[in-house]
Amino acid sequence: MTESKTLEKVACYHCGDDCLTSSYIIEDKTFCCHGCKTVFEVLASSKLANYYSYNEHPGATRARTDKRFDYLSSADIITELVDYTDSQITIVTFFIPHIHCSSCLWLLEQLNTINPAIHYCRVDFLKKQLNIRFDNQKINLQEVVELLYDIGYEPLISLQDIIKKQNGLIKDNLVQKIAVAGFCFGNVMLLSFPEYFGLSDYETTFKHFFGWLNILFTLPVVFYSGRGYFIAAWQNLKQKIVGIDFPLALGIGVLFIRTCAEVITRSGAGFADTLCGLVFFLLVGKLVQRKTYHHISFERDYRSFFPVAVHIIEDNVDKPVSLAQLKTGHRMLIRHNEIIPADAILLKGEALIDFSFVTGESIPVKKTWGEVVYAGGRQTGEAIELEVVKPVYQSYLTQLWNNEAFTRQKDNRMQTFNEKVSRYFTVVLLAIAFGSLFFWLPTDVRRGFAAFTAVLIVACPCALALSTPFTMSAALSIFDRNFFYLKNVAVVEQMAAIDTIVFDKTGTITTGGSQEIKIDGLLSAKEQLLIYSACINSTHPLSRIICQYLGNQQRLAITRYAEIPNLGILATIEGHRLRIGSSKLVLGYKEIEDKVSKVYLMLDEEMLGFFEFTHQYRDGMDNIRKLEPAYHTFLLSGDQDHEREELTRFFKTPNTMLFSQSPQSKLDFVQTLQQQGRQLMMVGDGLNDAGALKQSDLGIAVTDDVNNFSPGSDAIMDGRSFHKLPAFLRFSKDTVNIIRFSFLISLTYNLIGLSYAVTGKLSPLTAAILMPLSTVTIIAFTSLATHLAARKRKLA
Amino acid sequence: MSIIYLLIGCSVLLALVFLAAFFWAQRSGQNDDLYTPSMRILLDDEEEPPAEK
Repeated sequence: MTESKTLEKVACYHCGDDCLTSSYIIEDKTFCCHGCKTVFEVLASSKLANYYSYNEHPGATRARTDKRFDYLSSADIITELVDYTDSQITIVTFFIPHIHCSSCLWLLEQLNTINPAIHYCRVDFLKKQLNIRFDNQKINLQEVVELLYDIGYEPLISLQDIIKKQNGLIKDNLVQKIAVAGFCFGNVMLLSFPEYFGLSDYETTFKHFFGWLNILFTLPVVFYSGRGYFIAAWQNLKQKIVGIDFPLALGIGVLFIRTCAEVITRSGAGFADTLCGLVFFLLVGKLVQRKTYHHISFERDYRSFFPVAVHIIEDNVDKPVSLAQLKTGHRMLIRHNEIIPADAILLKGEALIDFSFVTGESIPVKKTWGEVVYAGGRQTGEAIELEVVKPVYQSYLTQLWNNEAFTRQKDNRMQTFNEKVSRYFTVVLLAIAFGSLFFWLPTDVRRGFAAFTAVLIVACPCALALSTPFTMSAALSIFDRNFFYLKNVAVVEQMAAIDTIVFDKTGTITTGGSQEIKIDGLLSAKEQLLIYSACINSTHPLSRIICQYLGNQQRLAITRYAEIPNLGILATIEGHRLRIGSSKLVLGYKEIEDKVSKVYLMLDEEMLGFFEFTHQYRDGMDNIRKLEPAYHTFLLSGDQDHEREELTRFFKTPNTMLFSQSPQSKLDFVQTLQQQGRQLMMVGDGLNDAGALKQSDLGIAVTDDVNNFSPGSDAIMDGRSFHKLPAFLRFSKDTVNIIRFSFLISLTYNLIGLSYAVTGKLSPLTAAILMPLSTVTIIAFTSLATHLAARKRKLA
Repeated sequence: MSIIYLLIGCSVLLALVFLAAFFWAQRSGQNDDLYTPSMRILLDDEEEPPAEK
């Protein structure tokens, strides 16, 4: 728009960001910062410049350069990190968030070229992990990490990941179980064909041979593949819950016993193929349900936010200690951009602490000597020294994690449709089974038992058990495509039941930087300097933003200075009289039409203009307004209520906006709403929301980068898809309806089967056709219907 | 027709070998990462390959 010279935008050769200066150029390649240039130099000197030929701008920006890995030389931290070590080699696995393209893969597997002491490196692309084996005589862990850092791939090392690794992964060999079930299913099918097509008299010897073979094949299916169902059913019975596992286990058991009985007594062919097919399909359903996002963690807490180690000063030397060893009385050294891990008293230096992640307040807070600084803040500015007053786990912030909300098992908060239905289903099933038994018993004992077992076989809720996993996994992949990642399939049903939504403000409905500053009017360099010199003395948030906006300037001596609370600043500098502040102070009357915060400027009774502060709300806030009246919406903010006026656009009803909320009061508020019988969804982003997210029936963490820290939650939403929230809610309701409908379909099949079964004359062929047919119908219906629903909601 | 006994025995044995092979592959971690190799194959090593260990 302006006539001023328009610089041609040049993208950094390394990271692709816009280059604001032209001081970093090598040959014809431009870089945005010194860090990016260094990475290029390292790679070029190792003849690895091919990195740039596979993809354009593959690197991560390196504007921030602070290399602090000396804590990795401490022995107890090393032992916690590495997978294996002996006197010669060390094997370690790192999580590297930046892995995103084939260039990353190529470069990270070429580490050997840069340093021959690294023997082996292998990337797991989806997990964003790098497995390294190196010669620990020639290179140590710290040097490996520094090497990774130098080439632009800083590993994410956090306390929690270490702990998680120790817990290990649960392996239930599901794939192997499916393989066994599938293998047996195939063989049994082949062996059953002759029976179905009819065998001539002289072939009856084969019949028995096939029968015995079938039993042999069902053994691993029942006792290896299907074991989990018996265990689950038994555990449910012990807890007096009738889940879906009970009729399934009953079905499997009865199928097996009846097959054995028929083959041994030579009275029939048994249901071996139905049995194997049933177990096979059920296990496949289980596998489908198990969707994992390796690179996203839903269980993060303060430990993954805090650093692994902190520097302490002891006997005038600073050394790194791990957080677990940090004790009261230790003197910590915190440098620029580091996080304060424990409540401490400021001893030395000027602290300007950014608590945005803890309190939601976006403006750094100034602390002076002797003041207590709470854990979780990030120091900006010079290095400071603090004395620890409380251990890490007892800090003001981390105490939140001692709340019972964090110890409570959260999985069964809401009864799923499946659980509700299967209880009645089981009762009705048993009633029909015993009914038919007692009906036939007086006349024909054999037929009675035949009918009894047939009912249990045919009504085995295979289709019912499959409808949920297939619908949900289809739904999950739809959400996933829209950058909305759910922890597990149960979350979809929880989302459908929600009637109340609570939003956090900073970072959730506003974007990162929160406040945008705009200047109306032109300021000369001299005027800027005067304003800067006045504002730098004030700790008011707006003054701070103005100072940041004006950049680092020379500070002028002030003759007179007065700060009037809620109004502004009066100052005299070098004979100039300045008025900076609200309209009431500067203009003498209150400007009523101001919708946004403004700071007026007046110099020597002459109006200079004003700064305008607008809030950056996420796209689609209008959609949030439309959620009413179907949903009750609330706003919980850790901030002061400067923005109340503006927010009434989105939250109309009074009393739905609460400001100045502490992490604990957020949790309490959620609890109070729940006690009123509401199903509550919390949408938040920071550590301060962690309690509320945990307490709520469904916690959604909003983040601009899913690899960054986000508090423990049920779902993680990328900020880009925030405007789709109403569509997500509607879609979750659709999926629940699909599950209900597919239940009706499976019931129809069950009724058809039952009409044969109660007569006691269920042929193995009928069962063998009915079971796979119903399964295929359900799978086809659920996947198709889910995708149609997604298209309707414009999510596909 | 008694040849069927032998044939079935052979076929089951063969199938068991494949099942065992799958188990071995699964245990040795060959199926742990199914995505990265598909990318790796597209990258070519130019220059001289690093000396083998």
